[in-house]
Parts: sequence; C-alpha cells; structure tokens
Amino acid sequence: MVTAVTDARAVAETVTDPELPILTLADLGVLRDVAEEDGRVVVAITPTYSGCPAMDAMRADLVRALRAAGHDEVEVRTVLHPPWSTDWISAEGRRKLADAGISPPGAAPRRARGPIPLALGPTVRTVRCPRCGSADTEETSAFGPTACRALHRCRACLEPFEHVKEI
Amino acid sequence: MSFDNVYEALTGDGDARWAFGTGFTDPLAGVETAVPPGVDRADLTAYCLMLGDDALVMSHRLQEWCTNAPDLEEEVALANIALDLLGQARLLYARAGHADGTGRGEDHYAFFRGEEEFAGVRLVETPRGDFGDLIAKLLVFSTWRLALLQRLIPSRDPVLAAIAAKGVKEVAYHRDHAARWTVRLGDGTDESHRRMQAGLDRIWPLVAELFTPHEAEVRSARSGVGADPADLRAEFDAVLDQVLTAATLRRPDVPPDPGGRRGLHTGALGLLLAELQSVARAHPEATW
Repeated sequence: MVTAVTDARAVAETVTDPELPILTLADLGVLRDVAEEDGRVVVAITPTYSGCPAMDAMRADLVRALRAAGHDEVEVRTVLHPPWSTDWISAEGRRKLADAGISPPGAAPRRARGPIPLALGPTVRTVRCPRCGSADTEETSAFGPTACRALHRCRACLEPFEHVKEI
Repeated sequence: MSFDNVYEALTGDGDARWAFGTGFTDPLAGVETAVPPGVDRADLTAYCLMLGDDALVMSHRLQEWCTNAPDLEEEVALANIALDLLGQARLLYARAGHADGTGRGEDHYAFFRGEEEFAGVRLVETPRGDFGDLIAKLLVFSTWRLALLQRLIPSRDPVLAAIAAKGVKEVAYHRDHAARWTVRLGDGTDESHRRMQAGLDRIWPLVAELFTPHEAEVRSARSGVGADPADLRAEFDAVLDQVLTAATLRRPDVPPDPGGRRGLHTGALGLLLAELQSVARAHPEATW
C-alpha cells in the first residue's frame, strides 16, 4: 500500500489551484497530507482564508484527478489547524508566481503575545516589481482580486501588479 | 483538462461547477466534530451562533456597498472583508450544528431562523448610512472582534480555537483598513472630518452593548471555551484612543443604549433578513 500512497501523493501534487492555476495546491501549501486509511485515499487540505470560495472546486479537482489515476475511494478532509500561512508557499511556488507577474510574499508577520499592534501608516515592505525588478514600489490597496492578493504599483515602470500578501 | 464544447466543460465533472442545485459542501467537511468532554453543548451552540450572527449580518451590510463604494479599490476591499466575515460565519454555523447535536447546516441558521432568534449585536444591523458611518462601524467592529478572536485562540473547543486563529489574521487587516480610513477622513477636509465624527457619534450608543456579557458568554468564559466581553474593553479603548487621536477626532460623549444579545433588535434587522432570506424561503427545498 506504500506504493499506492506514494502514487496518490504524486497525483494529488499535480492538482492546481482554481484561482491561481499556475500553482499546484502543493506549491501553495494548501495540500497538507495524503494518506491511506482502510483502503481509501484520504487527502487533507486547508483553506487560505475563512471565506475562500475555491474549496469546493479544490475538493472536486482532487477527487477527479485521483479517480482518473485509479484511486476509486477518495475522501477529502478540511484541516483548520494550524491556520494557513504564506510561509507555506514553496520556493517553486514563489518562482512560478514571479514568472506569472505576481510578486511573492515576504515572511509572514510574527506576532508577539499580547494585543496585535495597529498599523496606521501605509504598509512598508520591500516588494520588487515583477516586471522591471525595481524595489521602488508602493501598496495601492491591501485587498485585491482574491483574498490572498494585494494591489501594488511600481514607481519606476509605472505598471500596477499584484502581491501575495503575508499572513 | 480540455473539453470540446462549453457544455461539456460545465458538466464533464458532474455538477460540481454549477452554482445552483449542487449543495455546497459543509465548510467543516472532514473536521473532527466531537465536542470535548465537559464542554456544555447548549452554551457552545449559543456562543457560536452569537459570533456567527455578528459576522453574517456585518458581512451583509458590507456587501451592500458593492457597486456603491467611492472607488474600485475600495469596493474590492469591502467585498474582501465581507467575504472573510461570511467565511467565519459559515464555519461558526457549521460548528453550532455539531454542538447542538442536530447536524443542521449553515443554511438553517442563516436562512430559517426568525429575527428574535438572531443573537448578534445591534451595532452590525444599523443601516448602511454614508461612508463615514461605514468606516466608524468597521473600526468599532473590527477592533472589538480582533480582541475577542485573539482570546479564543486557546479555547478548550479545538474547532472554535482554529476558527479564531484563522480569523485573527483576517480581522487584523480589516482593522488596519478601517483605522487608516478614519485617520484619512478625520484629519482630512472639514467635510470629511465632520462626516467621520458624525458617523462615530451615531454608532456610539451601541458600543456599550459589545461589552455587556450574556449569561452564555459568561459561562463559556468560565469554562475556558469563550471570552468575557467585559474583559475586552481596555484593549478596545486603547486602540480607539490611538486612532481617534491621530485622526483629530473626539470620543463621542453620548449615553449608551443598553442591550445584550437577547433577541431584541433594531427595526433594521427585520428588513435586512427579509432580503437575505427571501430566496431561500421561496425555495425551501432547494440546495445551493
């Protein structure tokens, strides 16, 4: 059965994200586990954000891919803990994001104990423009076309671009 | 995956790509549903519904800004915040369905309860108002909810703890967004200052209720499941003072309008629910 699990994992790792199809669910860190239980393949995934509307599509895509590869009994489980972090996006995932013109996230904020400090000023990050490479960029909105992306603008080449925001 | 025609692309995987008539998967599908020993099921249910109702109704009010926001970026921001809160509500309703032992899904709690069964705070119900009202409400709500969710991360209920840990990351962004707008409007033009202050003044009578404990909240806090809302006030005041000072606004000095999650609502909730629930109630057998 070890080989079946290995095969199932390899298949699950090819399934792409419905909203960022350049990335696999494994690149994104959403695919948490592939295991075998009582002859069934059990896949664990975690949502990026509470309201992520793509979870149903991810489940359907995983089941379809695994069935097509001969794994008839598939169960997809949701895991909420620990919460997803952009730190789980793989190095390969970051490279694919940059190649697609989307700036990959920096390190997720480390929260000390106690109240979370308020950020009243604009977010200052070293975000490089994925088109021209300049670090002279600014955030135009912390909220973008999907829950995980923010809107930025390059002051050097003047192009707008998206940045996967750190959580 | 390629398809020869559009219809096949839509139906080739079964019905999973249809928006209507497929049944959304339980947002907690596959999550361990057991309630830990010693945790009171009725209190956990009531507690999840309170937090879920706050999130659902706030989300609905934010959704009303779609196509009405002052610019496209702001519209996208408000829709994102609404989506985060809707996701939190779905998870909390699913947890309530585990806790009360009925296994009822999110649709039951969102669409088939009456106004008097909703246990959310009145702050979230208040009508949409202008942009100053919106930012005042979002600042108060997200500051309060962030303090609350952060205290639920060590909850004895592991599902509530996990929902809170996700929510903290989201609501921290919401609070920063509202706080920056408050400073921009308060420390902006005479007109923006006036309207931001007016928004705060209008919402402020309903702030005291956020910190008025319901019995289920007190019991949940004592048993290590929830947090006593009275304990959130100091952190809330410190954040509001920081924002209002930077925004050159004053803390409203108005008498509180007492309340406390007892199913007594403003007139606005009935109208909101009539819209929110109308389609589900017109087609009660439909799955979504």
